[in-house]
Amino acid sequence: MSTAIDATTTPAEVVAEGPGSGQDRARRGESLTGWAFAAPFAVLFVLFLVVPAIYGLYLSFTGETLTGSGGELLGFANYAEALTDPDMWKSLGNTLWFTVLSTVPLVLLSLAFALLVNLGLPGRWLWRLSFFLPYLLASTVVVMFWSWMYNPKLGLINGVLGEFGIAPVAWLQDPNVAMISVVVTTLWWTIGFNFLLYLAALQNIPEQQFEAAAIDGAGKWRQLFSIVIPQLAPTTALIVTLQILASLKVFDQIYMLTNGGPAGATRSIVQYIYESGFTGYRFGFSSAISYLFFAIIVLVSLAQYKLINRRNAA
Amino acid sequence: MSTYSLARNIKQGHKPGENPWSVSRVVALLVLAFLAATWLVPFAWAVLTSLKSEADAGASTISLNPPDGLGFDAYRKVLSAGDIPSWAWNSLITSIAITFLTVAVSALAGYAFSRVSFTGRRWLYAAIIGAIIIPPQMLIVPLFRQMLAFDLVDTYWGIILPQTIAPAMVLILKRFFDQIPVELEDAARVDGANRLRVFWSIVLPLSRPILAAVAIFVFIGAWNNFLWPFIVTTDADLMTLPVGLQTVKSAYGLQYAQNMASAILAALPLVVVFLFFQRHIIKGVATTGFGGQ
Repeated sequence: MSTAIDATTTPAEVVAEGPGSGQDRARRGESLTGWAFAAPFAVLFVLFLVVPAIYGLYLSFTGETLTGSGGELLGFANYAEALTDPDMWKSLGNTLWFTVLSTVPLVLLSLAFALLVNLGLPGRWLWRLSFFLPYLLASTVVVMFWSWMYNPKLGLINGVLGEFGIAPVAWLQDPNVAMISVVVTTLWWTIGFNFLLYLAALQNIPEQQFEAAAIDGAGKWRQLFSIVIPQLAPTTALIVTLQILASLKVFDQIYMLTNGGPAGATRSIVQYIYESGFTGYRFGFSSAISYLFFAIIVLVSLAQYKLINRRNAA
Repeated sequence: MSTYSLARNIKQGHKPGENPWSVSRVVALLVLAFLAATWLVPFAWAVLTSLKSEADAGASTISLNPPDGLGFDAYRKVLSAGDIPSWAWNSLITSIAITFLTVAVSALAGYAFSRVSFTGRRWLYAAIIGAIIIPPQMLIVPLFRQMLAFDLVDTYWGIILPQTIAPAMVLILKRFFDQIPVELEDAARVDGANRLRVFWSIVLPLSRPILAAVAIFVFIGAWNNFLWPFIVTTDADLMTLPVGLQTVKSAYGLQYAQNMASAILAALPLVVVFLFFQRHIIKGVATTGFGGQ
C-alpha cells in the first residue's frame, strides 16, 4: 500500500488496490458505509427529482388533465401542438428578450458598482448594504414595492416626472414599456448577488500587481483595463453563466407585476408552463413545454461550457 | 486557489499612500452616494407610505409631511386583522426545516463522495452533477401530481421536502471536504473510530465556515421562495409569507398604506438578521456563489 496519500485519493481507493478476502470484506463494509452516508440524499433525490423528471417526460406524451381523464398516450402530439402554438413562441421570445435585456446591465452595472465600492471610499458598509439589501427580499415584497413605484397616478416615478412636466407613463400597462419596467425591477432586486461576487473577486487580486503596474507608470484607468478586467475574467464567465440561466427561469416578478400582460407582452415560458398546468389543467401539454424549456437550458449550458473551456484552453 | 479564500477577503479600508480627498475620489464618492440613494428609494418610499393615513397615501401629491401626519396605524391594522404573524411562522418553520435537512443530507452525501469508495459512486455522483442543470420550474406539474398522490398538498412536508434537494450544495461540500487533509481522519480511524464518528467529531468541526455558508444561502432561498409553496398550498393557514402576501395583495385594494406596511413587515425579519450578521451573510452568499463554478 502506498504511504504517500495525496489528499484527493480516498483511503478506500488505496485499499482497493490489493485483492484478497480480508480486503474484499473491508471493501464491502466500505461500500455499505458509503451508501449509508449517501442514502438520505439519494432517497430524496430520487423521490423529488428523478421521479418527477421521468414522470413529467411520460406526461408530456399523454393527454393527462387535472381530472385524470384523457391520460392515453398521444405520441408527439403535445410537442407538435407546442411547436405550432403562437403563444408558446411568444412566451419563448419574451423570455429570451428578457434574458438579453437583464443580463447585460446585471453584469456591467454590478461590475461598475463593485469597482466603485472597492475604491475604499468612506462609508463602505453603507454602499455594500444599499446594493445588496434588495437581494434579501422575497419576490412578493419586491413586487409590492415596485407596483407602488410604478402606479400610474400615485407612484413616485410618475410623481417625480410630473415635477419636470413629463406626462405620466403607464409603466406596466403599456406593451412597449412593460418589459423594461420588469427589467428595472429585476435589476434593482438581484444586482446584489453579482455585485458581491465581483467585490469578493476584486479583493483577491494581489496588491503587488498594482504596485508593479504603478512603478511601470500605468495610471488607474490603464490598470483597470490591463489588470483588473482580465483578472476578473473567470468571475465574469461565472456571473454571465449564472445570470443567463437565472434570467431564462424568470417567473415571480413578471407573474406578479404584470401577470404576463399586457396582452402577453411579458409572459415568460415558465409562466406559460404554470398556466397550461394550473389554469388550463392540461398537465400533458404543460409537461411538453417544460421539456422544450429544458432543451433550451441544456443547449445554453452546453454552449457556455464550450465557450469557457475554449477560453481556458487558449 | 481555494474558492473560500476569495470570499474571506472582503475587507475594509483604502489603500495606503493615496490622497484620500483627490478630485477623482470625491467625484467617485458622489456617484456612489447617488447610486446608493437611488437603490434605497423604493424602501424609503414604501416606509413613508406605510406611515401615512390611507387618505394621504391615496392622494396624488408626493408629500413628506402629509396633512394627517405620520404614524403606525397601518401596521396596527395589518397586524390585528391579517394573517401576517402566522404566515411568518410558517415561513420560519419551513425555512428552518429546509435548511437543516438540506445541510444534513448534502453534507453526508458530500462526505461519502469525497472520502468513501462505494459501488455505484461514480454513477450516483454523475447523476447528481448532471441534475444541477434541471430547473425546478420544469418539475412543477409532475411534482404537484406526486404530492397529490402522497397526500402532501397543503402540508408543511409538501412545502419542505422538494426543496431539500440541492445538487450544487453537495458539490460545494464535497469540494470542501476534498481539501481537508485525509491524515487527520486516518489517525482517528487507526484508533478505532468509525466513519460516522470521524465525520461528526473531526470533519464537521473543520467545516463550520462552509456549513454556515451553505446554510445561509439555503435559508435565504427557502425564506423567499415563491413558486413551489404557491403551487403546493391552497389553505391560507399554511401559506408562507411570500405566498400569503400575494394572495391577499388584491384584498387590500386601494389601501396603499396597509399594503406597504405588510410589505415592510414581511421584509423586516431578513433585513434585521442581515444588519446583525452582515459579514457572515455576505461571506456565505459569496462563497456559495463561487462554489457553483
